[in-house]
Amino acid sequence: MARLGSVPVTLGARVPSSASAVPATKVTSRHSALVRITHWIITLCFLALLVSGMEIVISHPRFYWGETGNVMTTPLFQIPIPSSRALVRTGYAYVLPDQNGWSRYLHFQAAWIAVLTGLLYLIYGVFSGHFRRNLFPAGADLSWRALRSDIANHLRFKRPSPSEAWSYSVLQRLTYLIVIFVLFPLVIWTGLAMSLAFVSAFPATVTLLGGEQSARTLHFFVSIALVLFVLVHVVMVCAAGFKSRMRAMITGRAATQKERP
Amino acid sequence: MSNLSRRKLIKGGIAAAAGVTGLGIAAHLAQKYGLVPPDHGGIWGLGETLTYASQRLLTRHSLAREFPKSKISKPPLANEMAPPSEAFKRLQAGGFADWRLTVDGMVAKPASFSLAQLKSYPSRSQITILACEEGWSYIAEWIGVPLSHVLDAAGILPQARYVVYYSIARGWWDSIDMADALHPQTFLAYGMNGDELPVGNGGPLRMRVPRQLGYKSVKFITHLTVADNLKKFGKGLGSVEPEGGYAWYAGI
Repeated sequence: MARLGSVPVTLGARVPSSASAVPATKVTSRHSALVRITHWIITLCFLALLVSGMEIVISHPRFYWGETGNVMTTPLFQIPIPSSRALVRTGYAYVLPDQNGWSRYLHFQAAWIAVLTGLLYLIYGVFSGHFRRNLFPAGADLSWRALRSDIANHLRFKRPSPSEAWSYSVLQRLTYLIVIFVLFPLVIWTGLAMSLAFVSAFPATVTLLGGEQSARTLHFFVSIALVLFVLVHVVMVCAAGFKSRMRAMITGRAATQKERP
Repeated sequence: MSNLSRRKLIKGGIAAAAGVTGLGIAAHLAQKYGLVPPDHGGIWGLGETLTYASQRLLTRHSLAREFPKSKISKPPLANEMAPPSEAFKRLQAGGFADWRLTVDGMVAKPASFSLAQLKSYPSRSQITILACEEGWSYIAEWIGVPLSHVLDAAGILPQARYVVYYSIARGWWDSIDMADALHPQTFLAYGMNGDELPVGNGGPLRMRVPRQLGYKSVKFITHLTVADNLKKFGKGLGSVEPEGGYAWYAGI
């Protein structure tokens, strides 16, 4: 069972909730306290990073490949939106107000909180068995047949059975693993590769990506992948029962009997 | 009170006390080793301090990436601005022969240099990226005298911790810590791509801080002040940038 230092934490579905009078089969802890807290902190950080990131992009909605790029060079692509700088010719007759100051402050503050929270989650995930138990798929589930049927169930928006509501399906597991171990590290890496000071100490972090403008372009695409994940995630939460899933992620409790309205 | 909750309470109390003490010690050490940026107050202080402190610990002596001549951006970009003042126009009409750079503050010998004097010092060049916080960038060859050379000529005092620099453009000033001020790639640049530094790129004299974003590379430099702290300058946030909502430290 999970231990976090010596602080007793209620973890996983096997530990009866504090309301011990209620049978564990009816009301139990679906998500541990640490998972719930880190989930919502990172949710807030992600929203802050998204809003501030969009503001920063508006000051130069052109993307390039290689080390450098500016209004005198050919972009890889340009987002057809107005800009907050007169330097960029967007085709719009007006220039939006500059919002980069607070956006950049907020972007890095949210990034720090997200990264530190993520580290806490990673340490917990490794030592509590959360990754092993809840996220790594069982060998049998990794067959193409099992994957195909899971994908088909998702495409048909088939509601999960009550027992499945207590653990993640193989598709969910793989998605969460990709988000945690691929997309988040990539978005941090591509972000740091844009830092002039950081790459002065670790030049390989930017040369491996093909240059600072390539890092910026990749940062943009990894962010879009994360946004797509969040959209699908929210749609799936709604499909599976918005109230019960939100309750499970806020209070940790999920009443199995009420799982399906 | 049950045993368990008492134990919880005591442990929690010890953890909280240790946390507060730890934070206090961390704050003290951070101040002592110059890891706290001047704009650390307010709601963005946490992120700014973490960024500045970690980048100072990791990058104090690291060199900005340099590129071969073939990578110089063509055509060169100039993020131009109107001539900053009548005084500037008069100096420009005279070929900047009367341009002066004054150095004062915590130096043994306050001094004033002409461009010709600055150019008589050993000249250095670097081919580095100038990146704007907006997202665009270009590579250019920057020619000039390392700031450390000018500071040595004036003799910085041991208590010096920052160099404040002023543009001839009214109200445009900034500052860097000694790690950047004494860094071998921090230049007072007077040339670009083998030629004079164009006015559009900040000529005749531009501060060049290649490990930070373009807005730290202030154009039309006329005045340096060496300081032990930044409280007396402007609103005490280190530069005019935080007064306009932008971070003082621009390493990211």
